[in-house]
Amino acid sequence: MNVLMGSGRPRKVATVVIGAGHCGLAMSYCLSQRAIDHVVLERGEVANSWRRERWDSLRLLTPNWQTSLPGFGYRGSDPDGFMSMPEVISFIDRYATTIAAPVETGVCVTAVQPRDGGYRVDTTAGCWLCRTLVIASGAFNKPVMPRVSTAIPSNLLSLTTQQYRNPEQLPQGGVLIVGGSATGLQLADEIHRSGRPVSLSVGEHVRMPRCYRGRDIFWWMDKIGVSDQRYDEVDDLRRVRGVPSPQLVGTADKRTLNLNGLASNGVKVVGRLMEVRDHCAQFSGALSNVCKLADLKMNRLLDSIDQWAEANGLNGTERAGPEFQSTRVDECPALNLDLSSGEIKTVIWATGYRPDYSWLQVPVLDRKGNLRHDGGVVDAPGIYVMGLPFMRRRKSSFIYGAEEDAVDLSDHLVDYLHGSYRSSLVQVV
Amino acid sequence: MNQYTKIVNNGVDINALIAAREALTEAPEAAQFQWRATCNWVNGTHSHSEVEQFFGLGEDQCHKRCFKFDADHPEVFSAEDNGATPVEYVLVGLASCLTAGVATIAQHRNIQLNSVTATVMGDMDLQGILGIDSDVRNGYQSILVHFNVDADASQEEIEALVAQSQKRSAVFDIVTNPTRVAVETNQ
Repeated sequence: MNVLMGSGRPRKVATVVIGAGHCGLAMSYCLSQRAIDHVVLERGEVANSWRRERWDSLRLLTPNWQTSLPGFGYRGSDPDGFMSMPEVISFIDRYATTIAAPVETGVCVTAVQPRDGGYRVDTTAGCWLCRTLVIASGAFNKPVMPRVSTAIPSNLLSLTTQQYRNPEQLPQGGVLIVGGSATGLQLADEIHRSGRPVSLSVGEHVRMPRCYRGRDIFWWMDKIGVSDQRYDEVDDLRRVRGVPSPQLVGTADKRTLNLNGLASNGVKVVGRLMEVRDHCAQFSGALSNVCKLADLKMNRLLDSIDQWAEANGLNGTERAGPEFQSTRVDECPALNLDLSSGEIKTVIWATGYRPDYSWLQVPVLDRKGNLRHDGGVVDAPGIYVMGLPFMRRRKSSFIYGAEEDAVDLSDHLVDYLHGSYRSSLVQVV
Repeated sequence: MNQYTKIVNNGVDINALIAAREALTEAPEAAQFQWRATCNWVNGTHSHSEVEQFFGLGEDQCHKRCFKFDADHPEVFSAEDNGATPVEYVLVGLASCLTAGVATIAQHRNIQLNSVTATVMGDMDLQGILGIDSDVRNGYQSILVHFNVDADASQEEIEALVAQSQKRSAVFDIVTNPTRVAVETNQ
């Protein structure tokens, strides 16, 4: 049992929201609108992960005009730009102030347990009793390290993307970056530009041009309905929830970031890191197939855009530029890399994140440690989650995806509190 | 998407496979399989292998009959050529695995196959296995699989079939990625 640090009597509230990032605040806005008494508990400051757990050059993948939260949109002078981290923090900070969210900062949740038809939330600053709980603590709490990471020679610097800030932090010499998502490619680009030779290990990935037919790719994905695609409309939900972030970067010149561009700048692209044996990294020989899969998938997306354009009176296609060329794979991509030769000094794991539910003492995790939930309605009465990949819609993990999810889930939560809990959320929306 | 419902029959019971996938998602222990083969030396480089039993779904399973395979080296190696070489069996395994995948995925995607031919070529420098040059590996330097697919589908759909088949293939994974192999002997 927990020893109460903050002591005092437990405080009571209808809803505890865990986490004051964009998701927790969007939910707070919707709960306030529905007159639900709630508190938002934040382990650090508002937008904590954006402040402390991201690298310096990171900008949002989505353009400013798209970056919005319920009742709050971008009002700056650069709607087509991409927010830097200080801008994201300021955006979320201003949102918290504007909506007067009842945030308690510096309060770390240590345990959540079922109690009297609701939940008891123990924190570093006392205890709360609530009937409903919203988990908005994020999908990116703990770096995922593949098993092979333990076999990296100990004289190499091994960093997660949570620890990486900028190239100057790294010793001179070669860098092996593991991961082919937006993160892996962005780091490969900036570290290679810093004069450190980069090998980039790439498994299955998602390739997209930054712009197509004169518009940002996210504009198109909204237009053609891809971003709004619902979790109960897809064939294989488990698969789409595991899809890595698209290879994109948000820069003023709206350039496309892809493997061809990196390779022509000198980045060595290799297959997925499978094993380290005798200090030698072994890469998959399936690189050309994962590139082919990504090319085919990108072209299917662009085909859908062309079809939409045609239905709206715009003919043809615009796939002449270099950003649309098939991914070129070396005829003999390296299958081995000696990690003991001194060529490689640093390994960076851009291998994704997972949520941390170590404080959640409610039996709602599956055998892989994922929350069991139906579009954010967790498999325990009165518990909801926000911000997971493809949680209710493809856009659920993006900032602008929080609004519709928060509206749906707060409606469900209100029904639950009022005792008219309906078994399927699908009927509600 | 399809304007009408095509009746596609590639001889794959896709509903049974989907049901099996769901069942094994719920019961991961039943998904633990073990494949087995035994090989007896005959004479020279000639050996005789049999495949009959395997383990899966929690118990020993048996093929409908015992399958037998002779392996040997060709006459240019001064052998008797009583069967395909072991490295050719690897090519057979790769091609047949990818081909089975193409048929299964085509069925799932409602694509009628008319014919599928995979031609596999593995390039090998014998200086490896003969110990002439230690920089040359024993195994294939590279393998090329060429698929000739005649199907009621677009070129892109066929390419996607073949790509997805590689993504889901056991032998493709075995060949492209390292596998821990333990080899023991009796006392």
